[in-house]
Amino acid sequence: MTIRALAYWLTVYKRTWRASIWSSFLGPLLYLGAMGFGLGSLVNAHGTAQLGGVTYLQFVGPAILAVQAMQTGIMESTYPVFGSVKWNKTYYAAQATPLTPAGIFRGHLLFNAARITMNSAVYLIVMWAFGAARSPWVILGLPAATLLGLAFAAPTAAWAMTLKSEASFNYLFRFGMIPLMLFSATFFPLSRLPGWLRLVAYATPLWHGVALCRGLSLGTLTAGSAVIHVGYLAILAGIGVWAGGVTYRRRLYV
Amino acid sequence: MSEPGAVSPIRSGYQRVLPPLGDLRRLRGSTHLIERHARAYRHMWLVFASGVAEPLFYLLSIGIGLGVLVGKVPGPDGSLVPYREFVAPGLLAVSAMNGAMYDSTFNVFFRLKYEKLYDAVLSTPVGPFEIALGEIGWALLRGAVYAVAFTMVMTVMGLISSWWALLAVPVAVLTGFAFAAFGMAGTTFMKSWQDFDYVMLISLPLFLFSATFYPLSVYPRAVRAVVEWTPLYQGVTLLRDLVLGDPGWDLLWRAAYLAVMGVAGLLLAARRIAKLLLV
Amino acid sequence: MPEVLVRARGLTKQFGGFTAVDGIDFDLYRGEAFGFLGPNGAGKSSTMRMIGCVSPPSGGQLTILDSDPVRDGPAIRARLGVVPQEDTLDVELTVRENLLVYGRYFGLPKKVIRERADALLEFVQLTDRAHDKVEPLSGGMKRRLTIARSLINEPDILLLDEPSTGLDPQARHVVWDRLYGLKQRGVTLILTTHYMDEAEQLCDRLVVMDHATIVAAGTPRELIETYSTPEVLELRFTPDCHEQGAGKLRDLYPERIEATADRVMLYVSDGDEALKRVRGLGLEPSSSFARRSTLEDVFLHLTGRRLID
Repeated sequence: MTIRALAYWLTVYKRTWRASIWSSFLGPLLYLGAMGFGLGSLVNAHGTAQLGGVTYLQFVGPAILAVQAMQTGIMESTYPVFGSVKWNKTYYAAQATPLTPAGIFRGHLLFNAARITMNSAVYLIVMWAFGAARSPWVILGLPAATLLGLAFAAPTAAWAMTLKSEASFNYLFRFGMIPLMLFSATFFPLSRLPGWLRLVAYATPLWHGVALCRGLSLGTLTAGSAVIHVGYLAILAGIGVWAGGVTYRRRLYV
Repeated sequence: MSEPGAVSPIRSGYQRVLPPLGDLRRLRGSTHLIERHARAYRHMWLVFASGVAEPLFYLLSIGIGLGVLVGKVPGPDGSLVPYREFVAPGLLAVSAMNGAMYDSTFNVFFRLKYEKLYDAVLSTPVGPFEIALGEIGWALLRGAVYAVAFTMVMTVMGLISSWWALLAVPVAVLTGFAFAAFGMAGTTFMKSWQDFDYVMLISLPLFLFSATFYPLSVYPRAVRAVVEWTPLYQGVTLLRDLVLGDPGWDLLWRAAYLAVMGVAGLLLAARRIAKLLLV
Repeated sequence: MPEVLVRARGLTKQFGGFTAVDGIDFDLYRGEAFGFLGPNGAGKSSTMRMIGCVSPPSGGQLTILDSDPVRDGPAIRARLGVVPQEDTLDVELTVRENLLVYGRYFGLPKKVIRERADALLEFVQLTDRAHDKVEPLSGGMKRRLTIARSLINEPDILLLDEPSTGLDPQARHVVWDRLYGLKQRGVTLILTTHYMDEAEQLCDRLVVMDHATIVAAGTPRELIETYSTPEVLELRFTPDCHEQGAGKLRDLYPERIEATADRVMLYVSDGDEALKRVRGLGLEPSSSFARRSTLEDVFLHLTGRRLID
């Protein structure tokens, strides 16, 4: 079931990948260039003691990996999901076949996971080539980023199915995605944040994703923290998958 | 001219985008479109209001975190300024560009292709030029509200060091004008939502590389020469020089650059709407 | 002589090499309901768009309200009401706001618009939905709202492009009822349709378009008298006798017979009389049905039975 629903999205993608290639691959690379090199030259000149002695490129490179996984996960679960019930109604077309609501959901989610993995793989290669990774463990950044993306994609898709209007997505972007991107130890270490805000940051999924990717890329990840980060993200993704099954069924099977 | 009703050899009436000089009253049609948007946004005022938040998050993030990592950077007159003072006017320019592009691309495309708003409007006395002017006018109005909010926050955070900063809001609106008009003209060439990836392709590099986050001196000479000619760089430079109190004569031609870009975009957008809908 | 509001002479519309309207002539008089009848692609909508001043003619003459649509488009549009083929309602606004905003496009004062909007909502029976969003309305309600919107400027001419296409029978009758009400008030209507019942219900005069030209013009009565016979006798035979029966009748009524896969239609002045003659030939149809000629008979006679798309 899931695979058949996935096949639909792959067919669509075959027709549209050319246009999306820019935003999905090029975006993160431009960020890496602007932040890692441009801004990095200023930070490095000023001193990198606060970063633990690594260059700014090495500090920010794995964080951008995590951020782009989150962004892809969220973006692919907002307008495409909502549009499938509201605008082009492909979910309803799929529902007229033996596919179940849960199958439709998981198929779409699997497609999103494939997108996240693909984008992350391209980014990782460039990151490695630019010397932004210090450890061969960085290769595990690929499954880590995919898991992180799913931890956002699954709950977002579940939520998107409960909406009546797409206007709510603006709030998710403005009050969810952007603050997370800016305050989750991505562009500066958490030690800069006031104590209470630091506690909030520790609770966010993006911080766990960034810590995981950065630990792998710098080779500083301990087994204990790896278990915590992966466990946190896996639980979140699991809740999202369960919730999506419920909300898809509620929306489609009425 | 022959008798009324004879189809004249020059079929200019539909192609001509500007109303005849004697009939400039018709431009009021564009204000009616702005009224329409204001009404539509009444139903989602929270979306409108939340647009203020985005650039503020950036400002806050840089103020708290990044600023300390970067320290001081050379300002317009070469003396060192704290990073957050350096970057704030850049963010103002970026938010003017992004807001304008959003209004004039996504929203215009939706109205053009799905909502068929302009088809409805064109069956009234309002014409294509007034539509383009109204859309861009609305984008600017909204941009002005955001620019005022942003400038107020900058003032509160002590990021403004000159009376020249009074010009920040009009200059942000001018930056928005250039991008709104350019974006709207570009949107009339788009066929599907996929084409919006090209909007990203243009706006993201501009956002990241127009000396927004670091001075131009970071780049090698060749790159510098390219960046100096990009449109967002003009807006960033204008705002930074004004806010940090070092305006030079070059700002005049930078402003002219943005104005010309805006007017050209406006005329092209109007012409394209006529071409698409008045066939 | 009534006042001519629209005059077309040799009116032509070309898109690239394709001729959508090929030199048509017609006059529209004040106070009448004038219909363009024709199959899909006959050129009706292109003609309507030219009258609506949103499509420049490629040739010929077109005068609307004594003005040139190319030169004076905005001024003419100020006096037209337009109900397009597909509703172009503003889905981001409420029902009443649709009227308020649309009225502003005409530059009308807000007070005037408010008064007219309330009266129009009453007229199209949407008063209790005034503050609802447009999207959840039924197709018939949306259509009525579009009609109300087109009347906000109290137009001299109302253009309706297929006003009842896609509506259920009840909704169609409500729309017709409202349009008939407008006619009674003296509003000049131009409408296109491919429904004969709609044309018979609403039109004082009509033209039939086919292949970009006008193939017939007149009142519904005149068209039936000219292009059909007073009555039509429809006959069905059992499948094995169909060919044989049709063949014999063809000899009897060589000019005025039409045979489809399952029916034979005889165009006659008296149906009962004709049925007697059929039986006199020794033919025994399995069913027979005599009826009066309708516009549909005219239409099929003029534009043929084959599919046009």
